Amino acid sequence: MSETEQQREAVEQALENVTARLDEEKTHLTDLDSAIGDADHGANMTRGFRKANEKVQAMDEDDPAELVKTIGVTLVSEVGGASGPLYGGSIMSASQEFADDGITAETSIAFAEAYLDKVQDRGGAEVGSKTMVDALTPAVHTYKKSIETDDLEPLEALAKAVDAAERGVEFTTPIRAKKGRASYLGWRSVGHQDPGATSTLYIMEELLATAQEVLNGEVEATAEAEEAPEEMPDEVAEGEEE
Amino acid sequence: MIGLVVVSHSARAAEGICEVAGEMAGDARVEPAGGEEDGLGTDAGRIQDAIATADDGDGVVVLVDLGSAVMNTELAIEMADADARIADAPVLEGAVNAGVETTNEKATLDSVVERAEEAREYRKLD
Repeated sequence: MSETEQQREAVEQALENVTARLDEEKTHLTDLDSAIGDADHGANMTRGFRKANEKVQAMDEDDPAELVKTIGVTLVSEVGGASGPLYGGSIMSASQEFADDGITAETSIAFAEAYLDKVQDRGGAEVGSKTMVDALTPAVHTYKKSIETDDLEPLEALAKAVDAAERGVEFTTPIRAKKGRASYLGWRSVGHQDPGATSTLYIMEELLATAQEVLNGEVEATAEAEEAPEEMPDEVAEGEEE
Repeated sequence: MIGLVVVSHSARAAEGICEVAGEMAGDARVEPAGGEEDGLGTDAGRIQDAIATADDGDGVVVLVDLGSAVMNTELAIEMADADARIADAPVLEGAVNAGVETTNEKATLDSVVERAEEAREYRKLD
């Protein structure tokens, strides 16, 4: 299997895992959203990712930038509401980071940063606004720092990023919403966990699980083929996929 | 001629606002882009289509209601071929003002946006 074929498989696997997870959590996400939003987050996200799965599987294309872009485009049209442009639009533009070198440790950091920038730019939220930015910001910073400063393997970095996202999600509960529909509720939004931050965490957890699956497979394959271990981070980095 | 698009979470609100603004807009194209597939909401694809329909080559001014209407319109403008801009104005009053300005022979994208945004200052009493 060529490297691009492996990347395609990793993208497909990530997408399948994320879709299955969102499907499982659909009712929970909808419950969170009905407390402070319009009660459609679970259904919208599940519908969007299912469709993205179909689209990507039907594509005759191994270029990860194109595959990831298709995920974004599909989410824009299928998810709707604010999550469509935030998730879909940001994945769409950040996918360009994979255009030249595919998915590597470096491009996955670039993807994560571009994604966060776009979400903040589009939604105007900052940390503390009680949105997905509260989960995303510490996750992206932790991922980047773990690789660039602490010299960790991308897989470990991603695990730390997921922990950071989890703390970010917890942080959304006691605070008052400043962005999104929940902000119209003012103080009544206090005490409820943000649905967008929560779905961000679920997606990241599945990216980590996918990266673990792919990496373990890769370790064996590499051992058998006695290839240079530098190939490994490329696969792990896939974890930052969306 | 500059075209107008009205984006609202409600399809009926968008249509109604177009009806009110259309009365003042002469021959200008005034297109609604309201709601999404399963009811209330906004949809970038729907907005993109409305921009394409409203555009005759001179550009389109878009009036929006709340929250995701702004995000989905920004995204639709990025994807659209037409020269389109959002007017930062109350959606109905801005649409009426914009409608009037489109009938001005010298109307430009800037002048229609500017005229729509004047509606921010409106007082209803006194």
